Amino acid sequence: MAARKLSLKQKYGHFTRGLDWEPSYQKKEDIFPFATFEGIKIHDWDAWEDPFKLTMDAYWKFQAEKERKLYAVIDSMAQNNGQLGITDARYLNAVKIFLQGVTPLEYQAHRHFAHLARHLPGAGLRVAAQMQSIDELRHCQTQIHTISHYNKYFDGLHDFTHMHDRLWYLSVPKSFFDDAMSAGPFEFLTAISFSFEYVLTNLLFVPFMSGAAYNGDMATVTFGFSAQSDESRHMTLGLEAVRFLLEQDEANVPIVQRWLDKWFWRGYRLLGLVGMMMDYMLPKKVMSWAEAWETYFEEAGGALFADLARYGIREPKYAEVAKAEKGHMTHQVWGIFYNFAHAAAVHTWDIDDQHMAWLRDKYPETFEKHYQPRYLAWREQAEQGNRFYSQGLPQLCQVCQIPMAFTEVGDPTTISFRVSEFEGDRYHTCSDGCKDIFDHEPEKFKQAWLPVNQIFQGNCGGATLPEVLDWYHINQGADNLDYVGSPEEAQWNKWMEGRRPTMPIAAE
Amino acid sequence: MPVASLKPGYAGPNRDAVDNYHGAQLVYVHWEGHLNFCAAITLPLPADTPFGALTGEVLPHIYGADPDWASVNLSTAHWTLDGKDWSPDPAKSIGEQGVGHKSLIRFWTDRAGSA
Repeated sequence: MAARKLSLKQKYGHFTRGLDWEPSYQKKEDIFPFATFEGIKIHDWDAWEDPFKLTMDAYWKFQAEKERKLYAVIDSMAQNNGQLGITDARYLNAVKIFLQGVTPLEYQAHRHFAHLARHLPGAGLRVAAQMQSIDELRHCQTQIHTISHYNKYFDGLHDFTHMHDRLWYLSVPKSFFDDAMSAGPFEFLTAISFSFEYVLTNLLFVPFMSGAAYNGDMATVTFGFSAQSDESRHMTLGLEAVRFLLEQDEANVPIVQRWLDKWFWRGYRLLGLVGMMMDYMLPKKVMSWAEAWETYFEEAGGALFADLARYGIREPKYAEVAKAEKGHMTHQVWGIFYNFAHAAAVHTWDIDDQHMAWLRDKYPETFEKHYQPRYLAWREQAEQGNRFYSQGLPQLCQVCQIPMAFTEVGDPTTISFRVSEFEGDRYHTCSDGCKDIFDHEPEKFKQAWLPVNQIFQGNCGGATLPEVLDWYHINQGADNLDYVGSPEEAQWNKWMEGRRPTMPIAAE
Repeated sequence: MPVASLKPGYAGPNRDAVDNYHGAQLVYVHWEGHLNFCAAITLPLPADTPFGALTGEVLPHIYGADPDWASVNLSTAHWTLDGKDWSPDPAKSIGEQGVGHKSLIRFWTDRAGSA
């Protein structure tokens, strides 16, 4: 008689708890040295339940199926000149930021989930972390493969790993992950699995992939579909991890709350890049940043935090600030990129009348009064052959590393300056949210590698802008500056001659 | 009880210590009311830089890209240094007048608010 097959639950039990053992000749704290210093107390690791109970053999099967579908689409796109199907070459600037900024984060996530798979004391959570580690590596690979086709025809996509470590605006996502990876294991889980994946990732993946679909970028859409089921699993893992920490000991609640406050704010600042893509870089719009924030944070996030209230968790500190700023943030981030497009591996451009009409409609309280006059003045300068570029280097926030361009809540004409003193030195931050983060761990954030400051220390290839751009591996005159006049624009117009208008109407 | 995700005794370098700037110090400057310049700027300046050199040589290079700059009268501008009102003397150095490493200078000109 053939041996009876194990049920899924039995198999999962053997794959997780069955793999673990109590050490006999080494102390547990020596084996898991990172498990205690954050102050988190876990009394019963077996109380951890993996919501998906996924075992490795089932995992390979699911993932292989997804890979086959993805690569069939990528092959088809390559064979059929899929790059010609996008709405406009300007759209690709969103893809550039995604490849330069997000793809290395997937790799970092892979690395650190592998670290957690070794260092978390609970076997169930270790297995879940291992699965996620492999997912993140796959995401990194599939993003590179998906986007590599565009690299044959468009500028700025050629050296994203090098740029990730050096380019000024990429220090924003890099510092976010560096901060999480250099924290303890439970803070990393709260930062990445919960705050980023669960609370904020909808704002990255849903509008970005919808934007790709609206703008004819079928390769990115297909990657998005392929990753989405993994993301659902990661989000559930994040929520379960936070619930587990909260249920294990009341003393964990204030620690987790502080992490939620910190990582909400860091994630919100990072999403400024995504908001800018949505409001400024998509020729065909999906929804505005403000609408996305209302749907995915204020409504969905609000329900989540209401649910967590029974553990004593409240909404993240400064969520109200994010709500109050939603009519301003993306315009201010676009202003940064417009100011420094000569030093970026993306293009910016004049906001034309149709685009302005869309922004007026979506931001009736703020756009016409505060941002339209600025854009019209820039247009006037550009028409006189004097396209406005900021000549200096910006002051950066010590924590989020974004140029200090954000204004006081309720006063959009005044930059928000905050400063802390630590060991006799000043440290500047852009907001109460970033100042709180600095003041709690000044020993950590005094070490921040701020790109502008590093240039002035002489660590970035030279003292002149062309030397620094060489050090970034920016192909000057191609990757940077305004879209108008770029080789990319010339190539696109040549392709599109007689095919369609060069800039589609900004549509609903 | 506050809990930091740092081990007791954790320490690291101050990556922006003034010694790293080869004799200069960082000074942040912001022209208020002109948000076409999206943020304050960072300048590496020796402490013995005369204030008049900052306003006469450095700032025109930075802010001259703005059409308003040509009609600005800096002698009547309102200045703050690290959050306090400030009346700088063009002949004296910035260091003599309290500008330290990573000080923030903000100034308001007659035409402020037009950005």
